[in-house]
Order: sequence, then structure tokens, then C-alpha cells
Amino acid sequence: MRVRRLAAWTALPLAVTLGLAACGSGGDGGSGGSGSSAVSIQIAEPKHLVPTNTTETSGAQVLTGLFSPLVDYDAQNKPYEVAAESVTSSDNKVWTIKLKDGFTFHNGEKVTSDDYINAWNYGAYAPNGQDSNYFFEKIAGYADLQGKAPKAKEMSGLKKVDDLTFTVTLSEPYIDFKTVLGYTAFYPMPKAAFSAPGVLKDSYEQAPIGQGPFKMKGTWQHDSKIDVERYDAYPGEKPKVKNIEFRIYQQLTAAYADVLADNLDVLPTIPTESLSTAPSDLGDRYKTSPMSSFQFLSFPTFDKDYSNPDVRKAISMAIDRDEITKSVFKGSQTPARSFVSPVLPGYRENTAGKAGEFNPTEAKKLYQAAGGPSKIVISYNGDGGHKDWVDATVNQLKTNLGVDAVGSAEPKFADLLTKVEKKQPVGMFRMAWVMDYPTMEDYLGPLYTTNGSSNYYGYSNPDFDRLVKEGSAAKTQDEAIAKYQQAEDILAKDMPVIPLRFGENVFGTSSKVKNVEMDLFQRVNLVKIEAAS
Amino acid sequence: MFRYILRRLLQMVLAFFGTTLIVYALTFAGQGDPIQALAGERPVTPAQRAYLTEKYHLDATGVGGFFYRYFDYVKNLLQGNLGESLTGRNIGDILQQAWPVTVQLALIALAVAIIFGVSAGVIAGIRRASIFDNSTLVLTLLVLGIPTIVLAPLAQYFLGVKWQLFPPTAGSDPTFYALLLPGIVLGSLSLATALRLTRASVAENLRADYVRTARSKGLVKRRIVVVHVLRNSLIPVVTFLGVELGNLMSGAIITEGVFNIPGVGFNLFRGIRTEDGPLVVGIVSVLVVVYLVSNLVVDVLYAVLDPRIRYE
Repeated sequence: MRVRRLAAWTALPLAVTLGLAACGSGGDGGSGGSGSSAVSIQIAEPKHLVPTNTTETSGAQVLTGLFSPLVDYDAQNKPYEVAAESVTSSDNKVWTIKLKDGFTFHNGEKVTSDDYINAWNYGAYAPNGQDSNYFFEKIAGYADLQGKAPKAKEMSGLKKVDDLTFTVTLSEPYIDFKTVLGYTAFYPMPKAAFSAPGVLKDSYEQAPIGQGPFKMKGTWQHDSKIDVERYDAYPGEKPKVKNIEFRIYQQLTAAYADVLADNLDVLPTIPTESLSTAPSDLGDRYKTSPMSSFQFLSFPTFDKDYSNPDVRKAISMAIDRDEITKSVFKGSQTPARSFVSPVLPGYRENTAGKAGEFNPTEAKKLYQAAGGPSKIVISYNGDGGHKDWVDATVNQLKTNLGVDAVGSAEPKFADLLTKVEKKQPVGMFRMAWVMDYPTMEDYLGPLYTTNGSSNYYGYSNPDFDRLVKEGSAAKTQDEAIAKYQQAEDILAKDMPVIPLRFGENVFGTSSKVKNVEMDLFQRVNLVKIEAAS
Repeated sequence: MFRYILRRLLQMVLAFFGTTLIVYALTFAGQGDPIQALAGERPVTPAQRAYLTEKYHLDATGVGGFFYRYFDYVKNLLQGNLGESLTGRNIGDILQQAWPVTVQLALIALAVAIIFGVSAGVIAGIRRASIFDNSTLVLTLLVLGIPTIVLAPLAQYFLGVKWQLFPPTAGSDPTFYALLLPGIVLGSLSLATALRLTRASVAENLRADYVRTARSKGLVKRRIVVVHVLRNSLIPVVTFLGVELGNLMSGAIITEGVFNIPGVGFNLFRGIRTEDGPLVVGIVSVLVVVYLVSNLVVDVLYAVLDPRIRYE
């Protein structure tokens, strides 16, 4: 008997927990619902919510509500002033930024030029490990803040003139600097964010204080949601809705089910597997708009099989882009025949020329004449929904070039890059690019210059590098664009990558909202969105 | 009894360190480039790379590096510090938020399995070869045959989106109602197994000698079934459900993903996907404890159900 009673005591807690859990989970009715007033927008769990540490879309989406940029982009993607009164320079090297009066942080602090300078110095200081560190590299004195034990904590190029004016000296003239200022990394941070000069409070990220149209309501509820409400003292364009809930989803398919059930107001990206049914599922709640993404295939320069530009052109000519965008992507992407996105000032159609046109007979002739490899491999990351189009491409190459072709999946993009870095034979590999700010330079620089941050394939052409450099040092926009276009012509000759497709925003909304606009960076315009009456 | 529990607890300590060592070694060995995985397809800046490498000792590689990092981890663990995930969040905080949700979900699933599985199993066991028995057998076969990865989205689409009986996803601060559908989906597999176990066990015990004795003594049928048969039949079911509780808590990766429930499985999945070693090891360490404790409770429950079982 004693044994049994003891055992019963041990078992009791389990029973109690069972009972408690059953009662405890009652609570208010309805769930996941957006409530009557808040507009809900899908995001993934942001990695960070510090302006200088946020580079992915979800974090940037939240920050567009909390902060107001110095400049934003108009319909032609030219920058115009928002938080700045003016951004001027006579030589494109020393830039004077005047701030608009009347902007305050959500805690009541007046926004001054110090708040910009402190935030930017924090971002550029290497030991802080900020993701957007490299956006400050054009500012004079940036190099002194790099390395393990940097020489300085402040960039010499940032100078305060008065409370609403500061100057930025660049290490060399850069025509597009005003455009760059629209990027997330260039938001200001209030004095309340720092516990000591140059030291950010740990708690700041949990409830970032900005100077934008919305302020935090409570703190960042990890893995579940971020609530923001309208900031009434915001001097710019007033938002139409009072509350926004950024609802965090791990899987897009779950969010898609919620949009279908009218339980989520905006889903910025419709999952690939639902693309074919989405137009009929959602009806007029299915929407598309231009976006800046660019998908392409690249050739590692260490692989001698593809070193002849004619081989690369032949492969490009053997791919029927129209067919793939239609059958695999259901028209949610458009065929690409240029090396920069069509949303940019300076974009020209078909810069790849003949190599961009589908011509199987010509392709085969050229391929054989140039001595292309008998087996073509396309490597891709298996976690991004790329299998379908890679398979389609591989089949086209098989038929049109008469060679053996296979797709080879790596678990993640990081694994693919590791292989490329070790110069292992990966064949061609897929890549994509989404711009940070709308200039041609944001494609040409990182992707194709010798030291470009995403030039994993190792393309290098001194003439090209020189032209891009001359373009960014140009005196006027027209002159810059002319140089960039000349540089793009070199790409058409060398064909370091095969342009495949340009992306579009394909998004879904509930019947409870209207005027949903998405920008080129896959972000919902929070000021324009309205509740449907 | 005390000595038994004490012995088990001591074994648990050994098992705990053994499993964390193995899990740590596995994540360590399987790690590609966690920094690039964290950045996705974006280029990683040298500043960011240097910062993370230093912070998480990612430069300590090889066997020496492994033990250096493992002992560093255990040292922090013993001080109650589970460390930080690669995104800089305190893993203890992550678990504190994720755990209650998962426990709720697992208990709902378990309750579903017990209420429907065990009672239907008893009825099917008593009325063997009846219509009820045969139809439950076919139904459970169907459920056992459909994997959760199919069942969950189907249930979500029909019950959540099409007919709108349940909210399609649970989301933040889920209510009991929102967790009901995922709970049923999660519990359906255990339900089917529990039903079949109970049915077989009840059917077998009904033919046992002691039942014949009881019947010939003139006991009413209800008393025979409830007091004598059921108690003896529940032993295998309890074993199963106890182990299942551990499974339900960790194995909800698919269900939590489909219904967007920010629980443990949800975080574990993200940890694996982004090669977030510290997060995976942290979650798994706690899961190990859950498994060990639920096994102990099961063993102790035996003694309650069956007086012949004694622990020394």
C-alpha cells in the first residue's frame, strides 16, 4: 500500500498540470484575428530591428513604419526629400544635408543632426558587427573604424554644422549619394537609444524609437507579432490607419491560408506552390506590381569549360525564357535580357542582344564551334523553390544543344557558396539580386566589378571596373548613366552571367483593406494603406 | 521507492550529459557556414563575420575546438545560462515563450487521444466485430496511413479556410479554440494507436480468468469492465501515452509550422534551417529532460495501475 500511495503522489503533478492546462487556455474568443481596427501584415521573424543592422525585408518593413527616411523615391525612382529639407553638393564629394524642422522622435526628443551622425558612426564601427556596415564605406574616415581594434570611433567625414545641418565628406566624388540615403541604414537613432556614446542599449531593439509615422505599441513579441500605432506628432504625410500589426509567420503557406480566410490583411509574397491557384483563389484580392529582383545564372571563372564567351552566349540562346516564365512562374516573373532591372533610370531593353534571344539552331552551331563542354551542370540551393525552373532549363539545354545537362541541388545557398569558394566544380550556379537603392550602380558594382561584394564567380574586367568608377564619379546624372550603359555593353560582350528573369511583387490582400501598394523593395506602403469601409 | 526514484534521477544526470554531448557533436560536425546561412543569399560583410566568429568562438575548430566549445557551453549551462542564438536572442527567453504554447498543444493532443482513443478503444474491445469496431478499425487505419504533413494542410484548408469552422492559424497568444484544430491533428496519430492498443488489450483481458471469476461471482458488467478490465488494460496504453507526450512536445515541428504556432517545434525548425547551433542544442537539451521525466512518470504510474509491480 505504501508504495502505491507514494506513486500516486508522484503521478499527481501530471494530472494537475493536465487539468490546469485544460482550464487555463480559455481566454477571449476568436484568435489570430486582426481585430476590428488593426491592419495585419505578414512578416517573417526579423533578425534585428536596429536600422544599421537590418538588411532583410521583414525587418526593413517594420522599420519603414517606425522611421522616416531622408529621401524616398518617386514613380521614376528619382530621390525626393522626406525628412531632409535638402541634400546638396557642388562637387559630389562634400554633401550638405539640411533636415526639416518639426520632426520628433516618439519619445519627444527633437531630431537633430547629431542623431544621424551618432547612428551612422555606430553602424560603421566594425566591433559593433552591424550588418549594414559597408553602406558607410564611401564616407571619408570609414577605414579608421574597421578591424579588430579600430583607430577611431567616429568617421572624419561627418561634421555637424548646426542642429539641423550636417555635412558628409566622401572619400571620392559619388553622384548617387543622395539616392543611397533612402536606404534603411541611414535612419537616425535618438539619444535615448544609447547608454553611453557609441554604446547601444540592449533594450532599444525590443522597442525601437524612431521619427516615423508609426510608433511601437508595447515591445517586439518575438515569433508572434509587432504592434505599431500612428504617431500623431509626425509632421509628414499622415497614415490612413491607426494601428498596424506585423504578424510573424514561419511559413508562407500558413500566411496564405490566413489570407484566403480573410484572417490576414496583406501577404506581401504569395508562396511559390500556390502561384498557380492564387489568381482564382483570391480573385481581385490577387495583385502584382513591379519589383527589383533579378535572377541569373553565373559562370565561375575557375571553371575552364565555360571560359569562352561564345559558349556562354550559346547556352543563353538555348534557353527559352518566355516559356519558363509562363509555364513555371505563371507570369509572375518576366524574362530578362539585360543586366540591370527595368525599374531603374538608365535601363535599356535587350542589352544582351542576340545572346538574349531564343534561337536553338544558332545556339547549337555556336556551341559546337566554340567547343562547349559535353555535360552542363546547374547548381542551385534546394531550399528556395528553384527545382522546377532549373529542371525546365536543363531540359531545354539537353534538347537544344544536344548535350547532357543536370541540375544539382545543394541544401542551402551557404553550402553552394562554400563550394564555389573552394573552387569545386559546381558548373553554372543560380543567383539573384535585389537592389538596396535604385541606381544602376547598385547592380553593376556588387555583381560585376572585380571586388564586388556578391561577385562570387570572380568576373573581372578592368575596362568595366573603370567605367563603373567613372560613372559614380561623374558630374551629372546623365553623364553617369551614359558611363554605366557603356559598362553594361561590356557585359553583353563578355556574358559573365546569363540574365534569366526579373521579379514582380505578387501579393494577396484581404477584403478589409484597400490601396495596398508595394514598393520595389517588397515593402508595403504603410502610409497609403486604408481600411475598406 | 525513494531509492528507486533517486537511482533514476542519478541515471538521468548521466543520460542528460551524454545526449547533450552527442547532440553538440552532431551540430558541430554538420555545421557548414552558419554565418552565411544566417545572411541567406546576401553577402556577409567582413565586419559582421569577424564579430560573429569571435562572439560564438566559430574559429575554434577541430577536436580541440570542439571540446573547448562544449565545455564552455556546459559551464554556462550549469549556471543556468543556455546562451544566445546566432541572432543574439537569449535562448532561455526563447524557450520561456515557446514552451507554454507547446505544452498546451501537446496536452490538447494527449487529451484528444485519451478521451476519444481510449473510450472508443474500450467500446470496440467490448463489442468486438460489431459495426462500431470495424468502422473504427478502418478509420484508424486511414489516419495511421496519412502523414501529418498531408493531414495538417488538408485539415487547415477544409476546416479553416473552406468551411471556416476553426481559425486557419493560431498565431500569437493562441486561445484554446485556436489550438483545438492543431491539437486534434497532432493527436490524431496517437489517438489511432491508443485506440488500437486499448481495443486489443481490453479484448484480451475480457477473456481472462479473473473476469470469468468476477462474472460467476455475480458482479454487474459495468463494474467488471471499469474496475477490473480497464485498469489492467491501461498498462500498455499508459506506457505508450507517456512516451508519446515526449514525442508530442518535440514532434510538433510540422503542425506548429502549418498552423503558425510559435512553440518549440517552430523554433527548432528555424534553428536547424539557419544552422543556429546554440539554439538547436539548447532546445534539444530541454527536450532530453522532458523525455527523461515523462519516462520516469510512466514507470511510477505502473505501480499505481498494477499493485504487483514494486520498485526497490
